Amino acid sequence: MNNRTALLLQTFKKKIMILDGAMGTMIQRHKLTEADFRTASLKDHPKSLKGNNDLLSLSRPDIIEQIHAAYFDAGADIVETNTFSSTSIAQEDYDLAGLAYELNIASAQIAKKVAMAYSQKNPDKPRFIAGAIGPTNRTASISPDVNDPGFRAITFDQLAEAYREQVKGLLDGGVDILLVETIFDTLNAKAAIYAILEVYEERGLPLAPEEGGIPIMISGTITDASGRTLSGQTTEAFLISLSHAPLLSIGLNCALGAKELRPYLKVLSEKAPFYISAYPNAGLPNEFGQYDQDDMEMASQVEVFLKEGLINVLGGCCGTTPDHIRALAKVAEKYSPRKLYVEKDLIEE
Amino acid sequence: MIQGNHTLKLSGLEPLVITPEINFVNIGERTNVTGSKKFAKLILDGKFDEALEVALDQVRGGAQILDVCMDEGMLDGEAAMVKYLNLIASEPEISRIPIMIDSSKWKIILAGLKCIQGKGIVNSISLKNGEEEFLSQARIIKRFGAAVVVMAFDEKGQADTYQRRIDICKRSYDLLTQKIGFNKGDIIFDPNIFPVATGMDEHRKNAIDFFNATTWIKQNLPGAKISGGVSNVSFSFRGNNPVREAMHASFLYHAIKHGMDMGIVNPTMLEVYDDIPKDLLERVEDVLFDRREDATERMLEFAETVKSKGKKEVINEAWRSDPVEKRIEHALVKGIIDFIIDDTEEARQKYNSPLKVIEGPLMDGMNVVGDLFGEGKMFLPQVVKSARVMKKAVAYLEPFMPKAGDLNYNESQSKIKKILLATVKGDVHDIGKNIVGVVLACNSYQIIDLGVMVDAQKIIDEAIKNQVDIIGLSGLITPSLDEMVYVAEEMQKNGLQIPLLIGGATTSRIHTAVKIDPVYSGIVMHVQDASKSVPIAGESISEETRDSYKQKIKETYQALREGHEAKQQVKQMVAYADAKKNPADLDWTNYTPIKPNVEGRQVIEDLDLALLREYIDWTPFFSTWMLTGKYPKILEDKIVGGEATKLYNDANRMLDQIIAHKWIKAKAVLGIYPVLRDGEDVHILNGDGMPTEYTFHFLRQQGKKGNNVPNRSLVDYIHPKEKDYLGAFAVTAGLGIENKLREFQDVGDDYNDIMLKALADRLAEAGAEYLHTKVRKEFWGYSPDEKLANDELIREAYKGIRPAPGYPACPEHSEKVTIFKLLRAEDADMELTESYAMLPTSSVSGFYFGHPESKYFGLGKIGEDQVEDYAKRKRVSKEQAERWLSPNLAYTPTKTPVIQ
Repeated sequence: MNNRTALLLQTFKKKIMILDGAMGTMIQRHKLTEADFRTASLKDHPKSLKGNNDLLSLSRPDIIEQIHAAYFDAGADIVETNTFSSTSIAQEDYDLAGLAYELNIASAQIAKKVAMAYSQKNPDKPRFIAGAIGPTNRTASISPDVNDPGFRAITFDQLAEAYREQVKGLLDGGVDILLVETIFDTLNAKAAIYAILEVYEERGLPLAPEEGGIPIMISGTITDASGRTLSGQTTEAFLISLSHAPLLSIGLNCALGAKELRPYLKVLSEKAPFYISAYPNAGLPNEFGQYDQDDMEMASQVEVFLKEGLINVLGGCCGTTPDHIRALAKVAEKYSPRKLYVEKDLIEE
Repeated sequence: MIQGNHTLKLSGLEPLVITPEINFVNIGERTNVTGSKKFAKLILDGKFDEALEVALDQVRGGAQILDVCMDEGMLDGEAAMVKYLNLIASEPEISRIPIMIDSSKWKIILAGLKCIQGKGIVNSISLKNGEEEFLSQARIIKRFGAAVVVMAFDEKGQADTYQRRIDICKRSYDLLTQKIGFNKGDIIFDPNIFPVATGMDEHRKNAIDFFNATTWIKQNLPGAKISGGVSNVSFSFRGNNPVREAMHASFLYHAIKHGMDMGIVNPTMLEVYDDIPKDLLERVEDVLFDRREDATERMLEFAETVKSKGKKEVINEAWRSDPVEKRIEHALVKGIIDFIIDDTEEARQKYNSPLKVIEGPLMDGMNVVGDLFGEGKMFLPQVVKSARVMKKAVAYLEPFMPKAGDLNYNESQSKIKKILLATVKGDVHDIGKNIVGVVLACNSYQIIDLGVMVDAQKIIDEAIKNQVDIIGLSGLITPSLDEMVYVAEEMQKNGLQIPLLIGGATTSRIHTAVKIDPVYSGIVMHVQDASKSVPIAGESISEETRDSYKQKIKETYQALREGHEAKQQVKQMVAYADAKKNPADLDWTNYTPIKPNVEGRQVIEDLDLALLREYIDWTPFFSTWMLTGKYPKILEDKIVGGEATKLYNDANRMLDQIIAHKWIKAKAVLGIYPVLRDGEDVHILNGDGMPTEYTFHFLRQQGKKGNNVPNRSLVDYIHPKEKDYLGAFAVTAGLGIENKLREFQDVGDDYNDIMLKALADRLAEAGAEYLHTKVRKEFWGYSPDEKLANDELIREAYKGIRPAPGYPACPEHSEKVTIFKLLRAEDADMELTESYAMLPTSSVSGFYFGHPESKYFGLGKIGEDQVEDYAKRKRVSKEQAERWLSPNLAYTPTKTPVIQ
């Protein structure tokens, strides 16, 4: 069995795993300019590249390294690679579709380097990296044109193709986990899973983490208090729609703060045969669209569901910083992780 | 709970978890081009919007999974599948349920899988072309996360014997589970339902082989499910529906017993198993189970004779020899009133205490009724009959009960919980409230029913005086919503903490959450329908659950409120000014307003009830009784058909009485007037063509519409510039109803009380239908040659419409005031309450629009800009308009005077 996976599974059994916080919020602190986003070969690229944060892995790897390190310092067990938008579809906006594979491999290598350094420093606290797979900026089951509800701006095949490329890059860069996140349209996520399973099969990798496969984590986004994803599914329907993959965990992130997320985490915790993850935003955005919930408040909200034993993986999404992660790590230490439900049927198999 | 991974879990927008407790899952099959000619034609003609309606009908009709099939030679199946599934995805009411992608072509299946976000079912794959293709297809299906139907089919052909069925299924199962680790619970076998009684010897065992194969699969292939298309079995009796229906019912009954989990069944082609005549059933089952050498011949002979034979009723009196407790239970469950006095007296002597009879055998019997109702084994009309028996027994015992001052008086202060029910001030509708009362009474609650038009003070006084445990408020019309908020506020002021249940057609969970819950600190709970009232009442009262229930409900409503606010921001609305620029564009160039034959008003003193009877639309009558389904199909429904038929027969017997003994009287007043449109208003003109004091105000849709879809308002159906005509009507069928109702109430006969009210409602609607026909053909006369049957009338196949204030196209009730004044409705003995409810209760009023392109529609949500304009046009305050329109507001009013 793959040693990293074995180590990861052991750690999951012992503690609530801490995931990092927001990448974007940290990048903003650096007040970067257009020049920071340009590598030598992109010097004359006709489109503005500022804001294409994933590109920093090539142009300013030092910044990305620092951010990963800051989160590990704060107590994170897992950091996410800087690849949320590293698909050919999302990069198309910058006319950089061709760069997708390179972005993924580079980001994974940076994160891996930092993780290995921290692991060596303190072998009792092994650190891991999760390859972040974002939803892209298109939806496969919603029409962008209200006048033509049957229209789709992207097809399943296009999505699967783009995800395939991203997954290959992340695996080649050495990720320990694949994390399909911020799922607002379950069909997009199904395409990502389809691509992952296809790549695993092509490469002869085992699927299930217990057999040493690279574990898959899934994180959906409940858009508002209606309790549904943007594409209209309830939490339980979301779970059922993605349970065909041998997931390590399923959970929720983004859009809501910790308090608002709790009822839906409860549903997952009651129904899912996988580990449960949660990385909420720092509260709900204020009237300026900023997140102003501080670390202590977030930690106290999170504590409510830690107490209930709902969670295995905890981290932060929009607006969270190393301070938030430090506070979360501290409060999480007091509680045990949710027990993974073992089904009778599963034992028999 | 986490179900085992052998549980089949499916999803659309919502989950469908097929637990062993779910007896049978019905797959909607009308969206299948090979099964429905109508659907095929719509798809071939490219009418996808109409084809979507078919899916919607299926969902509303109770389909739990939707089978979509586009296998048609003339069609690009792949493109049609993609287009249809994408359209379904845009209709949340349809995409709520899982999809079954049905095709014999792998390419179409694949195209379909790429369109569904939920977990659906592929129908089907098989070993027809060998293991390699079978496994590669299954592997891909697994990667998409779908369940799969596997046909019992292999390289040699379809399995047609028991042995072949189980061999192929076993081989398929082993391949799927061992070679590619397919989830066992996601495998659904179709072991081939083939015709029986074909005259060919090799078909004799088709049914029994299916049953036995089903049993074998369920026992030997853990997790696997069974599905099939039932109508095949009766293939050789095409044209003989009574026989086919009996065969389907019997086949399904036995197939489910053998373990069939789901299937494609046309509910209109199904008899109720228990209602199959004994002699027919015997022959059907002889054939299904191949029990006799001459089974087929006997079946064929018999089939000739049953084509048109009615069903016989068998009266079984054996239960009369049971002990008295059993007899009382039987009488309660079956609703038999004939012996209840004798039995109650016998029990009274035996128990030596009237109270012990009530708390003993009578309550025990009602608990059985409550349980059966809760399990869906009894239906509302039966429960109401049970309650009638109960009331009669209690009424008999009452004189024997200890009075205050008697030695045993304290004993009678029993622990029975009390529920107060009232229809709020200004509202007169009480059928729903009475049904809730009956259902709760069946579950051992004492009901204190204050009747209709009850003001807040009286509700509170009575609640305190009687120390009730729950207060239930009911209302049908929109203004009642405000009144309920007011009652809740008053309860709060009086320091009550009694749980408050909210119910009635106009109420909703969201209104309860947003408007009522915040003003009352006790439990406030919306009750969707009568069947939900029992668990809700139980949890609200029980000392063990009360607190946690309250917390749960309060949290749920808090979340609903927040969700409501969040949603308001994202609603797709257009400005009122823009909506007005996108009206329904009627063809006025080729249409001249038609001058009516009879202009002005006329009173119709006495409508002939026997005539109105022919115009009754029965479907809503059944839904009043909580039996869902369309008439006449509902009479044949496999689940509720039996009860629906009984209810229908009772209703017709009562109609005979109503007509013969003139229990009620129907009157109407109507008029067709010259009018002139003025923006969004319509003025009634006098004989000189000058505007009168009467003006109608209409409302316009403000939802964002697609290309060429207008933002409709009823005013669009009036000529924009020239003189046009508009009609108005008010009809009632409830005159004199009180006398008869009092007779029923005096003897505690809820069943006939509800029945008479429901029938009077239907007759009033029938009156409206009948008058509308007269208007079209004679009074207005724009369709003099119209010839429509009743079902065509119900489908609104006529020209012109008759929308009613309070209904979707014009939801604002206060317009009735103008109608009533204009028509001088008092001449037909009709009036309005302060909340604009009509008296008598069984009444209908509305408008007539004559333009052939006028159509019914729903107003939907409207914006603040339109409400302001409407208030101005109606010369009322904006707050007043907001209260009238509260269910239609797309925003939360800034000032809501009813909430502090």
